[in-house]
Amino acid sequence: MNLVHEIVGHYNHWIIIVLMVSGLYIVVARGNMIKKLVGLSVFQTSVYLLYLSPGKIIGGTPPILSPQFTVYSNPLPHVLILTAIVVGIATIALGLALVVRINEAFGTIEEDEIFAEDEDE
Amino acid sequence: MISEHLPALQVVIPLLGAVLCACFKRGVAAWFVACVASVAVLIVSVGLLAQVYDGGTISYALGGWRPPFGIEYRIDIFNAYVLVLVSVIGAVIMPYAKRSVEQEIPADRQAWFYSIYLLCLCGLLGIAITGDAFNAFVFMEISSLATYALIAMGRDRRALLAAYQYLIMGTIGATFYVIGVGLLYSMTGTLNLVDMANRLAGIEESRAVLAALAFLTVGISLKLALFPLHVWLPNAYAYAPSMATAFLSATATKVAVYLLLRYFFTVFGVSVVYADLPISWIFLVLSLAAMFGASVVAVFQNNIKRMLAYSSVGQIGYITLGIGIANETGLTGGIVHLFNHAVTKATLFMAVGAIFFRIGSVRIEDLGGVGKQMPWTAGAFVIAGFSLLGIPGTVGFITKWYLGLGAAEDGWWWLVILIVLSSMLSVVYIGRFVEVMWFRDVVPAARRAKEPPLSMLLPTLLLTGATIFFGFDTRLTEGVAELAAQWLLSGAR
Amino acid sequence: MAAIGGTMTGQTLITLALLVPAIGAFLIWATSRNPNVRETTTLVTASVLFAIVLAILDRVIDGQELATGAFPVVPGVEIRFEVEPLGMLFACVASGLWIVNSVYSIGYMRGNKEPRQTPFYVCFAIALASTMGVAFAANLFTLFLFYEALTLSTYPLVAHKGDDAARAGGRTYLLVLLGTSTVLLLPAIIATAFIAGTLDFVPGGIFTGKADKLTLMFVLVLFMFGIGKAALMPFHKWLPAAMVAPTPVSALLHAVAVVKAGVFTVSKVIIYVFGLNLLSETGAGEWLVFVAAFSLVMASVIALTKDNLKARLAYSTVSQLAYVVLGASFANAMGLIGSGMHIAMHAAGKITLFFCAGAIYVATKKTEVSDMAGIGRVMPVTMFAFLIGSLSIIGLPPLGGTWSKWFIAAGAVDSGHLFVIGVLIVSSLLNIAYLMPVVVRGYLHPPSDLAAGARARVKEAPYPCVLACSVTALLCVVLFFQAGAIEELLKGAVSQAGPLLAGGVP
Repeated sequence: MNLVHEIVGHYNHWIIIVLMVSGLYIVVARGNMIKKLVGLSVFQTSVYLLYLSPGKIIGGTPPILSPQFTVYSNPLPHVLILTAIVVGIATIALGLALVVRINEAFGTIEEDEIFAEDEDE
Repeated sequence: MISEHLPALQVVIPLLGAVLCACFKRGVAAWFVACVASVAVLIVSVGLLAQVYDGGTISYALGGWRPPFGIEYRIDIFNAYVLVLVSVIGAVIMPYAKRSVEQEIPADRQAWFYSIYLLCLCGLLGIAITGDAFNAFVFMEISSLATYALIAMGRDRRALLAAYQYLIMGTIGATFYVIGVGLLYSMTGTLNLVDMANRLAGIEESRAVLAALAFLTVGISLKLALFPLHVWLPNAYAYAPSMATAFLSATATKVAVYLLLRYFFTVFGVSVVYADLPISWIFLVLSLAAMFGASVVAVFQNNIKRMLAYSSVGQIGYITLGIGIANETGLTGGIVHLFNHAVTKATLFMAVGAIFFRIGSVRIEDLGGVGKQMPWTAGAFVIAGFSLLGIPGTVGFITKWYLGLGAAEDGWWWLVILIVLSSMLSVVYIGRFVEVMWFRDVVPAARRAKEPPLSMLLPTLLLTGATIFFGFDTRLTEGVAELAAQWLLSGAR
Repeated sequence: MAAIGGTMTGQTLITLALLVPAIGAFLIWATSRNPNVRETTTLVTASVLFAIVLAILDRVIDGQELATGAFPVVPGVEIRFEVEPLGMLFACVASGLWIVNSVYSIGYMRGNKEPRQTPFYVCFAIALASTMGVAFAANLFTLFLFYEALTLSTYPLVAHKGDDAARAGGRTYLLVLLGTSTVLLLPAIIATAFIAGTLDFVPGGIFTGKADKLTLMFVLVLFMFGIGKAALMPFHKWLPAAMVAPTPVSALLHAVAVVKAGVFTVSKVIIYVFGLNLLSETGAGEWLVFVAAFSLVMASVIALTKDNLKARLAYSTVSQLAYVVLGASFANAMGLIGSGMHIAMHAAGKITLFFCAGAIYVATKKTEVSDMAGIGRVMPVTMFAFLIGSLSIIGLPPLGGTWSKWFIAAGAVDSGHLFVIGVLIVSSLLNIAYLMPVVVRGYLHPPSDLAAGARARVKEAPYPCVLACSVTALLCVVLFFQAGAIEELLKGAVSQAGPLLAGGVP
């Protein structure tokens, strides 16, 4: 019973881990460059949750000072993750831009085809 | 007055410079801005080193928010050294950049190139100067994103591929880093590195902290191209524009090494990292694998830039070996090699860039007889090559001496032998190209080559001089590295 | 000679000895436009250097101690120079023979119309600067610094021709010399710094009371094989490989600088790092006697099988170097005097032989011993010089080689290694067997490419070549009569280092 509680009680961690691993798996296993970027994005998103979920305190209110409340959620993770999301978007945008250029230069975005083409040179 | 705000200026100058560069259409104007910014950055970093040398650690509250709540810029002897290292290379390379970039980058993109370069510089300096774990991540991503873009500007279409691969691996590394920081944050509730170190006392053994250490180590090791996480590096360096390669090879990985050392020694502490975990052995084995594995691969490269890139992976092995040896002498060797390798590799890549400028190729078959056509450039290559081999009288020897002595102090004589054996591989891979350059007849590709313009030649020769000068007079390099090593090992207080 | 540099301090003189060839190298490069000026520069530089070295010698004979201040590189590692007898002798040999060698080079390089002569002379001068650094080094680091500089500055000379054979030879040369020095010598120096806490050359050694026999033996192995320039078997391959180089370079390698720097370093390490007393008490150097003796005989046997004259001479050098190492390995006064003296004696003898081999090549383009029938009739002066050189190498009076072998034999007796006497005799016989056929064939056999009955026309090499080999042949004779002076000089080194054992001027 206790074990079940342990497992279910940390459901937020399970979600994070599943997202993290599946994101990494997509990056490694897919040859399509767009799909790789999707995986990367999933992977990054898991980290956002990793930060955000401990910031929420059960019973805590939004961090607005008011004499009625004494327990607040931690606002800092939100701020941090806001930054991280911006960084993540920039990364994905740059990645996509590169894929567009690669498609122009090589005529494909499948990694194995590109490597095959590369070996001819 | 202004000297109080030097820490902020260190990153603000290149940041503003980058914005300014982006406003220009013409490459020359942007180059001028980048030049001014780089020199200003150098002056600031030297000023900081002088302040730290005299007055000890500087703590600067960014925006007036006092630490640990606000972001703290914290400069001690170690990161002052790294700041100087990065900004010296950044400044020396600027005169060189002008002609090289004019030739390699289309005219309409040159301003962007300088803008991105300054962003990269800003990111690298930021990682080194900040005392905040998350702020370091942001700077890491600024420098990384800029780096991907710089690499993608290479003329060869494979540069795009290299940039993409680096983007994937670099982002995974950065994300690992954030995971580590997140775990540490959830354990300590702070992001200030000094504060974090204090709050970790007593809970070092908890699993979350150890997991954080693992994530941070892997994440940063990806950035510093620790074998076998180096696969992004050879292509990235081989296909990036010459100037970008020279700059990145000298600085990017070095800053990552700095960050790793900062976490190992100042946040987690020697006792956790070395006494309880086999990190010392992990680094020894991986460093040796880099020193031998990457060097062997370098021997078989026909593209001189790729050869140097693999050599970089091997040379990073010397730096991390110092981390693995982890006594004062060994660590001094590792830290001094940050500088020594930066100067050496920058010289080599600049010489190769100059050759590329005249010949338009970096393949071994087109380099025959270059020594006769471009004796100064090829001579710089030879001398920097000596440094790579660790010939006494060059900076490379100083590194080898300290690493060897450090290994001997631990009684690891086998390691001493392995260190010197690995440098024999560099004799082979450098020797191959030197022989082709000097002892073959001039090939058609090189027939019309002559010395590069002075603006390219002089910076190269300046750094060549530095590889020799700092091989004799080591007060600046070895002296500071030794202080830094002492400081790190004494618990960094 | 006291007049030269009469008022100069020791520091100035030593600095000049290092700087003059370096400046010379620069001037040679600067005057490359005009070959005559360039060659004059070489000769003037060589002469000035020799004068400076003689001025230093003068001071040393007066009993002055010459040293420079220290330039610290990292804590415990510094660059410093100091003159001691062994280094003095080496500097004299190298700078003196450089003059002769330069004269010869001019004849050879012009006679052969060799390309790229400017880099050749520049590298030569740099090599000499490095040699001076080796000779006057006051600690292991300084010595190592210039030792490596010597390797690197001679590599372009070895690969000078730039064809496939030259490149391959250069590759072997560089890999063996750099390989031994980095993989073995550098760890040996690191071990010395770690165990002894200093790298200085101190009379009596720096290891006393700091290490046990096994450690000493291990470090000595690293040193002896690490000093690849001493060509102790099995690290001798670079020497025959370097035979592809032009003959003046071979002379530089075999007589003037390179191998001499090797055996000089061996002696230095034995006297000033280990110390004679320590070695003879612990017996840590015992194995070296056998290794050197083996190398000595083996190389002579290989020399017998070589038809190419220069290859034969190369193996002869390997064997002769083993004499020097052997003498040092006895770790007593007689042995060391013999080994130091052999540096000079062998230099004079071997440079003569190489000059002759080169002269034959310039005049007739012949390289194989079997083709040299009757060469004595075509080139009588050259062949006579060859005879003198051979006799000196073999060790017959009245030639210099006699004395050094005598002292080495005396050293063997003093240290109780009587079997070495046998080795020396066998080796001398082998020397006769591989050197004399050249002379015999040259004088007694009729020229093979001459129509029967026709008289051979005398056709010597360019006169600078002939002059050079005559001078060095004469030197072999002079050294026989001046051996006492060398012995006096070297006694200074060994008496500082340990008690002088039985024996004296014979």
